Amino acid sequence: MSTAADLGIAFGRVAFVMLFVLNLGGLLTWVERKQSAIMQDRIGANRASIFGLRLMGLFHPLADAIKMLTKEDFRPARADRFLFGLAPFVSVFFALVAFASIPFGDTLRVAGREIPLQAVTLNVGVLYVFAMLSLGVYGVMMAGWSSANNYALLGGQRAAALMISAEVAIGASIMGVIMIYGSLNMMEIVRAQGNHLWGWIPMWGIVTQPLAFVLFLTAGIAATKRIPFDMPEGESEIIGYFVEYSGMKFGMFAMADFLETVVIAGMTTSLFLGGWQVPYLFADGFRFPWGWTLALPHLAVTVLQVGSFVFKVVLMIFILMLIRWTLPRFRYDQAMRLGWLGLFPLSILNLVLTGGVLLLWERV
Amino acid sequence: MTSRGARRFYLPDVVSGVALTAGHFFRNMGRHLAHAFGRPGARGAVTIQYPEERRPYSPRLRTLHRLVRREDGSPRCVACMMCETVCPARCIYIVADEHPNPLIEKMPSRFDIDLGKCVFCGYCVEACPEDAIRMDTGILEFSSYSRAGMVYTKEMLLSLEPAGPDGVPRSPIPIPADRKP
Repeated sequence: MSTAADLGIAFGRVAFVMLFVLNLGGLLTWVERKQSAIMQDRIGANRASIFGLRLMGLFHPLADAIKMLTKEDFRPARADRFLFGLAPFVSVFFALVAFASIPFGDTLRVAGREIPLQAVTLNVGVLYVFAMLSLGVYGVMMAGWSSANNYALLGGQRAAALMISAEVAIGASIMGVIMIYGSLNMMEIVRAQGNHLWGWIPMWGIVTQPLAFVLFLTAGIAATKRIPFDMPEGESEIIGYFVEYSGMKFGMFAMADFLETVVIAGMTTSLFLGGWQVPYLFADGFRFPWGWTLALPHLAVTVLQVGSFVFKVVLMIFILMLIRWTLPRFRYDQAMRLGWLGLFPLSILNLVLTGGVLLLWERV
Repeated sequence: MTSRGARRFYLPDVVSGVALTAGHFFRNMGRHLAHAFGRPGARGAVTIQYPEERRPYSPRLRTLHRLVRREDGSPRCVACMMCETVCPARCIYIVADEHPNPLIEKMPSRFDIDLGKCVFCGYCVEACPEDAIRMDTGILEFSSYSRAGMVYTKEMLLSLEPAGPDGVPRSPIPIPADRKP
């Protein structure tokens, strides 16, 4: 009985994260089209309809999926059959599982059980997300190499170079956050962000590590391979690693980029925007620094926390999209210089500064 | 003005660019919402929803040709071949025939326009001595899956009416017999 319930709970946690990420990733194709349209004084896709029902173009992702699935799945004659088929799945898989250790709520207590609202409880959650994001490089390189096409190979090389330079900066910029909150466990990091500086400023990562936030966001956008860092494959001009792909395999590469956007938004939320924390909301309700209190039941607090997490992730995705539709592409050498000579040294500087401040803080 | 040093970190320009596009987003989003909640004047986009919504055409716009009819419904054309001769795209094909009325010398038994070749220069209209061909139907949306489907015959061209005000077509687009649905 108890094992069955445990299994059910574990399944539910995984299903929530899985559905959240997958649905958000699918919805992002629609968000991208509509948001860019509104930013550019257009209306955007609104034609796909079911029985005359258009819903502001919400059926377009569905129509896209049907189109992709029914297209010819072409494979070049000299392509490596196994790796060519595997590459898109590798890309999507690692983008999908990366979200697993990101907490979407505090521990939920129901019927004497303690359920951490997180797909997988990991002591090294931060490292796990990194590992998964970095493994995504393999999908890209496999695609470039197995296509038996020189342009695809070069595109794969560019993508690998870009993603590695971005991962290094991501890793170095997060070190500061880990130093401040003293844990590699995502849940612990988010929990520590519930403290308040001088009793009233929420101790979110963006407050304690503003430089790391900017560096992480920049490197994170680069890791998603989207504009302004889309030199692996520029939709209109640059032939990239998935030239030879068609149909749903092509769609999976596009989807991997969207999923990575969701993962980066989730990581930014967890590490810098307080994750599921709501300002001044504690386990027993609101306690404002100016004295007001509002007691809330445990379930209401949990719902507020999950809602806060979802809201922050969606807000981050909005900001990422805003940046994607605003900036022109960096040249390849500019992106490399930014990664290795800009972001990486600045992250190290941030690390040194954080260490110094922490040392002073303990002395005072 | 940002200095060269600051500009090397791209950040000031990124922030000002994002502020600009975000301003557009929120302004347009507000107008879209106002539009949705009963302020039809507030439009968040400059786009025209084309098939349902059209901008008015100028009366001088050259659109699909029509053959002008006499009182009895026969074509006003006397098959003088002026339009066929002047046509730079050579898209008009006329076969002349005798008219039953002795006062009228000839009439076309065939008058085909291959719209796949036509360049819409309007020379045929200018060359016509009888004002028998005009390009004022307001019809622009003719298409076909085959080349043969783009050839419009005398009967099809005769059935067309001039466009109404604002260039709204008053007759349906004639469909060639061999056109697939």
